[in-house]
Amino acid sequence: MTAIPLNHVLILACILFSIGFIGVIVRKNTLFILMSLEIMLNAVGVAFIGAGSVWQQADGQIMFILILSLAAAEVAIGLALLIRMQRRYQSLDIDKLSEMRG
Amino acid sequence: MSLLAWIPFYPLVSFLILIALGKRLSWGLASTLSVGAIALSAISSALVISQLASADSGIISVKLWSWFSLGGGEVNFSFYLDSLSAVMISVVSGVGLLIHAYAAAYMKNDENFSRFMAYMNLFIVAMLILVLADNLVLLYLGWEGVGLCSFLLIGFWYQEKENVLAARKAFIVTRVGDTAMAIGLFLLFKSLGELNIVAVNASAHALWQIGDELPYWIALLLLGGAVGKSAQLPLQTWLPDAMAGPTPVSALIHAATMVTAGVYLIARMQGVFLLSPEVMSYVAWIGALTLLLAGVAALAQKDIKRVLAYSTMSQIGYMMLALGAGAWSAGVFHLMTHAFFKALLFLTAGSVILALHHQQDLFKMGGLLKKLPVESGLFIVGLICLMALPGTSGFFSKEAIIATLWSSPTAGPVLWWGAILGALLTSIYSCRLFFLAFLGASREHDKVHDLHHDHPSVLLRWPLFLLALLSLFGGLISLDFTEVFSVASSADGVQEPAWLHSLAIATPFIGIAFAWFFFKSYRDNNGEALEMKPGGLNRFCGDGLGFDWLYHYLLVRPYCFLANINRRDVIDQLLMFNGWYVRLWHDALSASQNGSLRWYAAGIGLAVVCLAGVITL
Repeated sequence: MTAIPLNHVLILACILFSIGFIGVIVRKNTLFILMSLEIMLNAVGVAFIGAGSVWQQADGQIMFILILSLAAAEVAIGLALLIRMQRRYQSLDIDKLSEMRG
Repeated sequence: MSLLAWIPFYPLVSFLILIALGKRLSWGLASTLSVGAIALSAISSALVISQLASADSGIISVKLWSWFSLGGGEVNFSFYLDSLSAVMISVVSGVGLLIHAYAAAYMKNDENFSRFMAYMNLFIVAMLILVLADNLVLLYLGWEGVGLCSFLLIGFWYQEKENVLAARKAFIVTRVGDTAMAIGLFLLFKSLGELNIVAVNASAHALWQIGDELPYWIALLLLGGAVGKSAQLPLQTWLPDAMAGPTPVSALIHAATMVTAGVYLIARMQGVFLLSPEVMSYVAWIGALTLLLAGVAALAQKDIKRVLAYSTMSQIGYMMLALGAGAWSAGVFHLMTHAFFKALLFLTAGSVILALHHQQDLFKMGGLLKKLPVESGLFIVGLICLMALPGTSGFFSKEAIIATLWSSPTAGPVLWWGAILGALLTSIYSCRLFFLAFLGASREHDKVHDLHHDHPSVLLRWPLFLLALLSLFGGLISLDFTEVFSVASSADGVQEPAWLHSLAIATPFIGIAFAWFFFKSYRDNNGEALEMKPGGLNRFCGDGLGFDWLYHYLLVRPYCFLANINRRDVIDQLLMFNGWYVRLWHDALSASQNGSLRWYAAGIGLAVVCLAGVITL
């Protein structure tokens, strides 16, 4: 089994991260922003796993487990907030929430 | 502590109480307090002056506290009494007391009575500080104090716009003089390092020669201050308008205190003035010109108080003339006698005005001799003192001035003739005033108001009798200024023509005779309404020889024009730029704070890219 070079892993992670990030920036719908955030987290997870396997260390996997649980918590709270938002504004448009204008 | 220190203290306390309690005080309490305070001052002054006679050095001084230190020396809050300031405090507190008593009765029905008396008290405080000050800084404090009080009192009836305008005018015009004086004081301090009056007079003599440039400028600037306060040419325009205030104010400002402050200043600073004979003759010329100008203007006035105001200007002109001629003691003597008779004239005029329901127009009076015999008699006493008929106090003081003019090195025959002409004018306008108001038949006033019905007659009348006595016999008070004015007046050894004195004595009679024939129609009209001839010359004189008009076009209009152009102040724009710049950044930063999550995320992303770029490069 030939090892995948670290560079390839990182490039994939970067691409995934950028896709997620662009999604966060351009999307109006809060649900999609949440999904884009998940993609970003997964991109980071890929980078950790790749690094861990290259250096033969368990730390990468531990970090990924942490990220997974973080993502689970984030989704739980985020979805709950989405439901509240849908109830209150009848919309998931994030711009409607921009009440903290300076 | 010496009694001297207490003199300005009583009215100050009374002022504070009156202003704090205001309308809560009844008339009786407020008037007792204010008049009583001045009475205490007057008694203290009398006691201190009697101590002065037995004092060894001829002066009494008391240091209250050290005010601040200036340069190397200290400016003390301390009072200094010599024979000059003794005369001044006796006039200020004595005549001031009589005016206060009268004012308490005169203003009884005014709803702001206690405010009025409070201002009057403060006026006396400021004037006493002015004359008792031992250094020029303290003198300047009193100087500005009387300016403030005159502003407050002239505009006392502030509900009417004219009064406020008159008050403002008096304040601004005298401020011009005050600025000159302040610059003079700075110059004096810069060159002598000293502002104590005695020390200044002494070290000026030690440091400078007669005719040096520095004392010339200092004296000229001080003269500017004196001209402003004493309503002399060219800053005289405020005084006739100042008649807007209540009549006792006119008496207080014009007779006893404020306008004589300029005379006092020059007399006080004689050490500096003696060093520059040119300025001395400017003083004399200003006095003489004001004397004539005010005399001519008084000839064509309709308002009884304005006649008296112009007459005050011309009498102050006599005092300046005396100072300029080096006849210091004659000038101060005239200051004192003038305080007596001018206070009498103003207060009597006040009674007449009250009796006629606030009618001040001379052409609507007439025939008052029968209706108000007591007031008329008192007014006659005042007028003969003003005209300087022989035997009255005005005669002694005015003759003393005129006698020194001819041979004085800084005055001379021309100014002597000016003074004689002024005396002639004085008697003519006095007669005109008398004929119009007191002779003939009455015009327009059917019912003369009974003064003593709602004004306490003791207070309204007795001060007048006392002032009349002082006016008649005040000339017998002998003043000894040999300690203060060490330089004797220079009337010795010069040949004077013999007819000088006879002419000077005869002049008022010539004026009376002239007025008797010239103002025949004023004298014996029989009841029909008199109108002032509407001629241009009459109007010109009535307006004070056009000075108001001149200043309006020369100063006020261009100033308003420039102010209008510069409506958006150039300097203000520079300052506003600062504000605009800060505001710009504020706007930019607050626009970025838009509450949109995606915008923040994009900002973070951009920053990361920039950071990565910086790190890799």
